[in-house]
Amino acid sequence: MDSLGTMVAKRVAFGLLTLIIISLLIFLGVELLPGDVAEAILGQSALPETVEAFRRELKLNLPPHIRYFTWLGDFFQGDFGTSLANGRPIADLIGWRFANTMFLATVAALIAVPVSIILGILAALYRNSLFDRIISMVTLSTISFPEFFVAYILIALLSVQLIIFPSISNINEQMSLLEKIHAIFLPCMTLTLVVVAHMMRQTRAAIINIMASPFIEMARLKGIKRMRIIVLHAFPNALSPVINVVAINLAYLVVGVVVVEVVFVYPGLGQLLVDSVSKRDIPVVQASGLIFASVYIGLNLLADVLSIISNPRLRNPR
Amino acid sequence: MSKLKELEALFTKGNITRREFLAQASALGLMAAVSPALLTTPAQAAAPKKGGRLRLGIAGGSTTDSLDPALFEDAFMQNVGWQLRNCLVEIDADGNPIPELAKSWESTPDASKWIFKLRKGVEFHNGKTLDAEDVVFSINHHRGKDSKSAAKGIVDPIKEIKADGKYSVVFTLEGGNADFPFIMSDYHLTIFPAGTANIAKDGIGTGGYTLVSFEPGVRALTKRNPNYWKEGRAHFDEVETIGIADTSARTNALKTGQIDFINRCDLKTVHLLKRVPGIQIIRVTGTRHYTMPMRTDTKPFDNNDVRLALKYAIDREQMLKLILCGYGSVGNDHPIAPSQRYHASELPQRTFDPDKAKFHMNKAGLEGHAFKLHTSDAAFGGAVDAAVLYKEHAAKAGIKIDVVQEPKDGYWSNVWLKKPWCTCYWSGRATEDWMFSTAYAADAKWNDTYWKHDRFNKLLKAARAEIDDKKRREMYVECQKIVRDEGGVVIPAFKDYVEAATSKLKFTKVAGNWEQDGQRCCERWWFA
Repeated sequence: MDSLGTMVAKRVAFGLLTLIIISLLIFLGVELLPGDVAEAILGQSALPETVEAFRRELKLNLPPHIRYFTWLGDFFQGDFGTSLANGRPIADLIGWRFANTMFLATVAALIAVPVSIILGILAALYRNSLFDRIISMVTLSTISFPEFFVAYILIALLSVQLIIFPSISNINEQMSLLEKIHAIFLPCMTLTLVVVAHMMRQTRAAIINIMASPFIEMARLKGIKRMRIIVLHAFPNALSPVINVVAINLAYLVVGVVVVEVVFVYPGLGQLLVDSVSKRDIPVVQASGLIFASVYIGLNLLADVLSIISNPRLRNPR
Repeated sequence: MSKLKELEALFTKGNITRREFLAQASALGLMAAVSPALLTTPAQAAAPKKGGRLRLGIAGGSTTDSLDPALFEDAFMQNVGWQLRNCLVEIDADGNPIPELAKSWESTPDASKWIFKLRKGVEFHNGKTLDAEDVVFSINHHRGKDSKSAAKGIVDPIKEIKADGKYSVVFTLEGGNADFPFIMSDYHLTIFPAGTANIAKDGIGTGGYTLVSFEPGVRALTKRNPNYWKEGRAHFDEVETIGIADTSARTNALKTGQIDFINRCDLKTVHLLKRVPGIQIIRVTGTRHYTMPMRTDTKPFDNNDVRLALKYAIDREQMLKLILCGYGSVGNDHPIAPSQRYHASELPQRTFDPDKAKFHMNKAGLEGHAFKLHTSDAAFGGAVDAAVLYKEHAAKAGIKIDVVQEPKDGYWSNVWLKKPWCTCYWSGRATEDWMFSTAYAADAKWNDTYWKHDRFNKLLKAARAEIDDKKRREMYVECQKIVRDEGGVVIPAFKDYVEAATSKLKFTKVAGNWEQDGQRCCERWWFA
């Protein structure tokens, strides 16, 4: 297990380096866009002197590298800074939104991951049957539609025709957990429909792959039931690719939901990021970008660790 | 029958008079179908009722918004701003200035010095009593070297502001301006307590609602100010303003009853929304218009024949039909809306005339020249489509227009005022003078056509300080004529505000100076 510890430490160090490079890329990217926060906010009403005053106050007239390193210095001291646009502390802006994003992602994951793995196992079990084809077709259709289309279909069916769920999910802190879950049901369904196919197909493929191995043949010759073979013999050996694809989809649930957030008016990080980019609010863009990047790096690391643990051959390399 | 329904709705809402209603219903031959109850009870007889939570679904909010009025830029904050605070002057539904925090005002005969008398005993949400110092402080917030206010341009002509006693404020202007009270109704110029340290976070004002919570671009919750000084205003217990950028999300939320009101309806589907029971469509003629300014200091637009040729080469009727789905009115190449006081209705409407366009282009000797029209949907929704449509129209007159699509980001800084010809919009201003001196006067900072017309500028200056209404009207009519015939701007259309609400919401005449009943819906409306 020692080698695992070193591996994790190494990966965390590389992760931090990646984050710094990402922050630099984000900074450069936003710098390259035309205009700055002063021009973006004042828009058509900008006067040369008001834009100048704006820049003076926010120290935007300093050269870019100085602004970047000042920001980086503060960041390492745990100070995210304040939004350039409205002067609010970024921790306040991001904190509850990130919690909302995580809430939606968690609920969606709790539904999507078990559903897709069970469906994948069943599909492998009844391989090439009508059932297998139907669920493949259905899940592949839902992943092929753009998210907003799936979202609108769900709204039209479950919110406008049958008035069961609300069409907008503007949750707030006064709501109870149950009310919140009711409110986010439709975005959750949308996300689930979008991610199930990927995980389901991977589970199915991995299991079918294992099913061709000699030890499965052996098990079958012993007369074990097919279901038991798949669940107890094949699936544990198929875990590694499944974990990886689950990790990618979990990351997607956190960082890729901007469209779903907009359609359902859900107050998550995505909308904040989009607005901040369009207003050139660099510190907010940086903070949200880094959070997203950390989620990716963290989940990938977790996936690697889990696949090593689940696979004795990787656990004890020669 | 749907036409009759529409008429009935318009009449009940007070958008058309009883006489108009009867005339139009008879014209349809539908009088027998009119409900007798409708005509026996006067429209809007019921007095406003108190109570309820108004939930507004508003496009035009951003997570970068701030409570600082200097940075207000779009519908969400305009509305929240007036829930919390008041101006010195309010614009009523007919476009007239009426007293708000100022009880009355008067000026010297040359209109260069204005004295505003303040209302006594008005309290801020924190209990402080309003006095002249607060007004001076609030207006000065937009002035001076370090101002980053979007309203700096309109307060620049103020030379000096002075408190004269506790309840009187004296404004000394650089020149006469008979319309100065209108300026004081601008949504940026709301009043907050003197000494407010962090205006970006502080929602204290004298308004009808006090701030409970505010999350920029997402949600603002306010509750009725029990101590509100205005009689018969602010009827809701609570107002929840929700930022909903997506048009379909807004429409669905209204249809499913999660909100009570939406702004900026989808014009392509509003005829379907109209049929949904329990929903009313609110359509108001506004002053917002789309423009295509040409830089008259730049070749070839310095030649008036070129400008005229391009003005004749656009089919305004079709623009209105295709870009605005008919929700608006055609422009006549000057920025004064049909609803405004001194609108020159006597000027003939300019129409699509390929022959005249050709004639003027030949006269300028530029047949075959390719004109570059810079555009982006940042200018207005559908601006790119409008430019392409324009290109097709102009082709019929043998004029070649190249549509250059610019990025949305930085459009106002890099394209507008910079490129020789581009697309743009103006929200319109409450007065003729305000509009002209913002974007047409020779020394205006936003003179986007770089147009310097001696006669026009003289007239504008004279009209500004003219007290005689008849003379003033003549001057403004001439101004409009000059802009129309010699100005550097093509104005294809004025846009209507189209909004929708549950039919439980009641109101009298809806103002057209801004969206949402002049952004005062929370004060003026009530639930049946």
